[in-house]
Amino acid sequence: MSYLDALEAESIHIFRETAAAFERPVMLYSIGKDSSVLLHLLRKAFYPARPPMPLLHVDTTWKFREMIAFRDEVAAAGDVEVLVHINEEGVRQGISPLTHGSAVHTDVMKTVALKQALDHYRFDAAIGGARRDEEKSRAKERVFSFRNAQHRWDPKQQRPELWHTYNTQIHQGESVRVFPLSNWTEMDVWHYIQRERIPVVPLYFAKPRPVVARDGALLMVDDDRFTLREGEKVEMRSVRFRTLGCYPLTGAVESTAATLDQIIDEMAASRSSERQGRVIDNDGSASMERKKQEGYF
Amino acid sequence: MAIIDPAGNIAPDTGLLRFITCGSVDDGKSTLLGRLLYDAGIVPDDQLAALARDSRKLHGDGPEALDFALLTDGLDAERQQGITIDVAYRYFHTPRRNFIVADCPGHEQYTRNMATGASTAQLAVVLVDARKGLLPQTRRHSYICALMGIRQVVLAVNKMDLVDCREDIYAAITHEYRALAAQLGITTVHCLPVIAPGGDNIGKPSTRMPWYQGPTLLALLESADTAVTQAEDFRMPVQWVNRPDASFRGYAGTVSGGRVAVGAEIVVQPAMRRARIERIVTADGDLPEAVAGQAVTLTLDREIDASRGDVIADAARPAPVADQFAAHILWMGDESLLPNRAYWLKIGSRTVNARITSIKHKVDVNTQAELAARRLDLNEVGYCNIDLDHAIAFESYKNNHALGGFILIDRTTHATVGCGMLDFALRRAANVHWQHTDLNKEARSVSKGQSARCLWFTGLSGAGKSTIANLVERRLHSLGYHTYMLDGDNLRHGLNKDLGFTAEARVENVRRVAEVAHLMVDAGLIVLVCVISPFQSERQFARGLFDEGEFLEVFVDTTLDECERRDPKGLYRKARAGEIVNFTGIDSPYEVPADAELHLRTVGLRPEQLAEQVVEQLLAGLGHSTRS
Repeated sequence: MSYLDALEAESIHIFRETAAAFERPVMLYSIGKDSSVLLHLLRKAFYPARPPMPLLHVDTTWKFREMIAFRDEVAAAGDVEVLVHINEEGVRQGISPLTHGSAVHTDVMKTVALKQALDHYRFDAAIGGARRDEEKSRAKERVFSFRNAQHRWDPKQQRPELWHTYNTQIHQGESVRVFPLSNWTEMDVWHYIQRERIPVVPLYFAKPRPVVARDGALLMVDDDRFTLREGEKVEMRSVRFRTLGCYPLTGAVESTAATLDQIIDEMAASRSSERQGRVIDNDGSASMERKKQEGYF
Repeated sequence: MAIIDPAGNIAPDTGLLRFITCGSVDDGKSTLLGRLLYDAGIVPDDQLAALARDSRKLHGDGPEALDFALLTDGLDAERQQGITIDVAYRYFHTPRRNFIVADCPGHEQYTRNMATGASTAQLAVVLVDARKGLLPQTRRHSYICALMGIRQVVLAVNKMDLVDCREDIYAAITHEYRALAAQLGITTVHCLPVIAPGGDNIGKPSTRMPWYQGPTLLALLESADTAVTQAEDFRMPVQWVNRPDASFRGYAGTVSGGRVAVGAEIVVQPAMRRARIERIVTADGDLPEAVAGQAVTLTLDREIDASRGDVIADAARPAPVADQFAAHILWMGDESLLPNRAYWLKIGSRTVNARITSIKHKVDVNTQAELAARRLDLNEVGYCNIDLDHAIAFESYKNNHALGGFILIDRTTHATVGCGMLDFALRRAANVHWQHTDLNKEARSVSKGQSARCLWFTGLSGAGKSTIANLVERRLHSLGYHTYMLDGDNLRHGLNKDLGFTAEARVENVRRVAEVAHLMVDAGLIVLVCVISPFQSERQFARGLFDEGEFLEVFVDTTLDECERRDPKGLYRKARAGEIVNFTGIDSPYEVPADAELHLRTVGLRPEQLAEQVVEQLLAGLGHSTRS
């Protein structure tokens, strides 16, 4: 077996274990490249049956328009149910990454929204695309990561996880987050997308896009909610995204890589990490760890 | 993480080495690993900038030295304490190979996390501080590596600069370690001297230790043996049954040993039903054969009953089936392992009830000496006999990790409290058979004109259990029911005479009472059991012996103050005076029932009133109305 084959088999094993051991599993679908790989693996794991769990997209209302279009295409394919949840209370309060900043926006529109959706549907297992290579506190996360009834993660109370024998026992109200891509790297994900011809959002490929340079990041102007600060101007530059989130919080990189081959070549020569463009990671040292403890994915 | 190598090439298919780093705290594991990643050229610029910034923050504006440990210690608490709490997994590759490394904590209290990392590793890098030589943790970690099946070790003797790079010191340490490794059954040991912060002998040869001519750490890792020596016999635990419609029934799982081809004859274990492989289904099309590590879906040529937890095996060479084993257990729970307490045991995709029937010995991991033990505490390893409530198909751990490695789960907290490695089945399991009898519980009950029940009274000493149960029994007797009362105190004069009052003795006490009650229910009787039964786990075990609706837990709820005030046998007075130890409520816990069928609050009510509540509930369940 090749390295990618081994990663694939391990992930399929994790998907099947989740479906077999939990009553109401769900796959969190964030529309990014990792989600695309997850969806592909979900279909493979249960072939020829339809995937025995729905997808859940927590929509912050600030995703790139191309992401939403891509999500709607997935839903239209019809073999999986796609649930969309928006924190309507947050919408009523007018929470915006532009005026409230990334910390408040992320908490209200992502963390709180996710907990609302999990509680509403009473999901007891939520599969996500997080990889251990993304960020240092993620490197410590279990594949089956226990959350208490308040969705909190306690790094000191994690269950030891040996071999591929996962403890899936929970009490009523408790849940687990499941990470089938734990052992994948960003490069593995791209190699796999290439090998399996998995569709991804076009924003990953370079083309001229309207961007504004702000605080050391290139932000794309995706709709008219984006307000320019004094002295800022919109420029057309050839850019692409290594990671996708809310558009005012996700920096683009200057690039001409317009094909998978070019992306992989560009990454091989890159000297910066994937989450460099994520504004939310820079909220302070260990901020991801804190967010995770509060229930952030 | 962006990955580059000197040639700029990415080579994803050069195989994989999973390894761990371990050693005592402050031996410099995190620094060594950070340095290894740095020398492999895989630390991105923005992380390097953050590293320089964080290094300055921690160590002031002194020398520009980078603190490589900061690359790997990710949790806030770890940075604050300067230690590694949990296993962190890192990914990197060189042109020759992919690597997954588990960076394991050194502190003794986190030994369970180290075992976690070792369970999937093929090689261990063991660090030793040149100034200190082999420490208890070095021996403990090496022992656990060997127990987990790791047969290759790289011994990195670190901080050589602090012993003036002396070869004799290095030689003495490696000599001692090789002896230890031989004793543990670790077959391959490579030793090398390193200076982690400086990168000496990590990515490039050291100029400070010209007497060492061997390969660097990176070169050793690139050339280590990645072949997995596992069983050749075909085994696949059924993980999930795939039934999209009436025309398709497939058994999904990951092949854990050997290979299987279309047409091969298999057997579904433990029931031993035979069939042939019809198709090997994957989303990418059917396969002619499947090998260990592949996640596939098998269809069979005939309809047989197979479900999650079963094992599909080569019919000519099936796995052994048994329900009693000898196994090594590494205890990971904060509460001790108590013999005879029921735990869930998960092995492959099967979960069964298990009891440790005896701890043959525990192992002093420093000396490998075998010590007598009545319980296992956190991080202790014991050699134990295990009894399961179902027979399972299994392999010895050294043959097949997936069918020989198991975890133990606490039935109340659901924590993973232990892991184990099966050794062999106990012969007596195969020789003791269940004797079939023609008369059954139903027949015996019907002849008595009743439905058999177990009424389980639990509560503190002096709560009123026996008083109430006695009244209940008298009342049932007067109504013509066939009853028997099992009183904890009375049983301790005979059946349980050999048991004391330690936690492990209480577990065994309750187990025996529950088994006797079970026999009496089988005889068709209504049994009244009065035992303190302080632990939730044992009450759950008792409940599990009975059919649905047969077991009624009666919580006789009297406050400790009230029990002490009553003190009918003068026991509380003695306990308070220190004359009795392990007394429930005083120096031993009572876990309040969460799912009792009846909750009797005794204060303010006469025993007769409480007994009537019990009788009413029982008769309602039997479908009889109270005739008073």
